[in-house]
Amino acid sequence: MRIELTEQQASAKAAFRAFVDHEIVPYADQFDREERVPAAVIQKLAREGYLGQVVPEEQGGTGSDMVTFGILNEELGRGCSSIRSLLTVHSMAAFAVLKWGSADHKSRFLSRLVSGEIIGAFALSEPNVGSDAKSVETSARLVGDRYVLNGRKRWMTFGQIADVFLLFAQVEGKVTAFLVERNSPGFSTEPITGILGTRGSMLAELRLDDCEIPKENRLGGLGFGLAAIGTSALDIGRYSVAWGSVGIAQACLEACVEYTSTRRQFGVPIKDHDLVRQMMTNMITNTKAARMLCYQAGYLKDSGDSRTVMETWIAKYFASTAAMKIAADAVQLHGANGCSEEYPVQRYFRDAKIMEIIEASTQLQQMNIAQYAYEY
Amino acid sequence: MTTDSLTVDDIKARTRAFIGKFFKNIELQDDEDIFALGFVNSLFAMQLVMFIEKEFGIAVEDQDLNIDNFRTINAMADLVKGKVL
Ligand SMILES: Cc1cc2nc3c(=O)[nH]c(=O)nc-3n(C[C@H](O)[C@H](O)[C@H](O)COP(=O)(O)OP(=O)(O)OC[C@H]3O[C@@H](n4cnc5c(N)ncnc54)[C@H](O)[C@@H]3O)c2cc1C
Repeated sequence: MRIELTEQQASAKAAFRAFVDHEIVPYADQFDREERVPAAVIQKLAREGYLGQVVPEEQGGTGSDMVTFGILNEELGRGCSSIRSLLTVHSMAAFAVLKWGSADHKSRFLSRLVSGEIIGAFALSEPNVGSDAKSVETSARLVGDRYVLNGRKRWMTFGQIADVFLLFAQVEGKVTAFLVERNSPGFSTEPITGILGTRGSMLAELRLDDCEIPKENRLGGLGFGLAAIGTSALDIGRYSVAWGSVGIAQACLEACVEYTSTRRQFGVPIKDHDLVRQMMTNMITNTKAARMLCYQAGYLKDSGDSRTVMETWIAKYFASTAAMKIAADAVQLHGANGCSEEYPVQRYFRDAKIMEIIEASTQLQQMNIAQYAYEY
Repeated sequence: MTTDSLTVDDIKARTRAFIGKFFKNIELQDDEDIFALGFVNSLFAMQLVMFIEKEFGIAVEDQDLNIDNFRTINAMADLVKGKVL
């Protein structure tokens, strides 16, 4: 057994880190305040090849292994969870087209997703449906050579700007996957503002009012939409969020090392107080443990091992709950400054809470992971 | 996993062993409908697809995503057979 990054992975990590420190960290609070990520920043991500990470080189992507993709999510998440969430949903859509798309889907969407010419997003949740995804109410019916969709999708990350949505709707009582383009007749979006965390993620509600799409835009057969296409996209999304949570934890840790070294109370830097050290110790340990679980899930993905599905649940469960705890401690260690906009830890705290809700909530994970014990 | 000397019986045996890890205490017949038995949730379905891909070195594609291809051990063996044998 060897647990260390290859030379290539280590140099990718250094490059990601430099990019994030230069292009994202200085502006992340602004993206949060303004509730948007400028198009120019998204173009920079595209130029670096970050939007095509899950797509092999033969298909125009970066062809990164899943460990490297994970590291990118950690680094982006360290800088800005909103930008990391763009990578999440865009990669989910790109992965679904790559894995399940026909030759026609690939030629229409894949290279444009990789180049950032179009942005992809993921549309499963609805006003009345979240965790119980199989109960989506949006419907699709075949009329001639088109599907006609009706319903509402809510909370779509980057739904304000995405060009194509991997969207789930009922066809004859079976959840089925579709690629829905923004310019389809009967399609519109309504921005959602004022969200607690990942405030820059440009959320939107999608409105499908007799929305027409070509029948070729269906992915997979009827009824396999959720089981294979949704689950495999969510697996990528969950993996990305797990790593993004490690990024939040790492950002908290780095902020606290700096702050507790300079802030003085009772005549010494606060790092010299034992109870502060206890918090730092837990932060370090839990961040490292979360990262190891993510590596494990990534390694299993790279080897095509089906155990990665549950290992990804475990990694996401641990990393998101750890990030929440770590971010709460980071605010605590910053005192009043931690509650102020002048320090980023309050943003990390708000973003961490989102990680416990998206891509299967903490409770859904607590229900599912136990099952693992009875299987192998 | 090499597919050089793969037989239909191998495919069935390995698939049955994989499914058996999830559903203990069930003697699954080759023609038994795993969906009708209420076994299948989406997490299991994804693991089943990944298992078939890795174990038999094939890619399950868009047009294969038909429930009938995964309903029984026989159906899965047919799917794999069509791609490797
Ligand atoms: C910032 C943000 C971005 C998002 N982006 C997207 C996106 O891009 N695409 C998309 O499709 N969705 C997106 N979502 C929606 C997200 O996927 C859902 O919020 C999530 O699935 C949970 O669903 P819900 O909010 O409807 O909560 P509910 O499912 O209503 O759950 C509410 C509470 O009940 C608990 N609960 C539910 N069922 C059970 C149970 N059986 N046992 C115990 N407890 C239970 C949950 O854990 C939770 O605490 C986003 C959400 C947020 C906040």
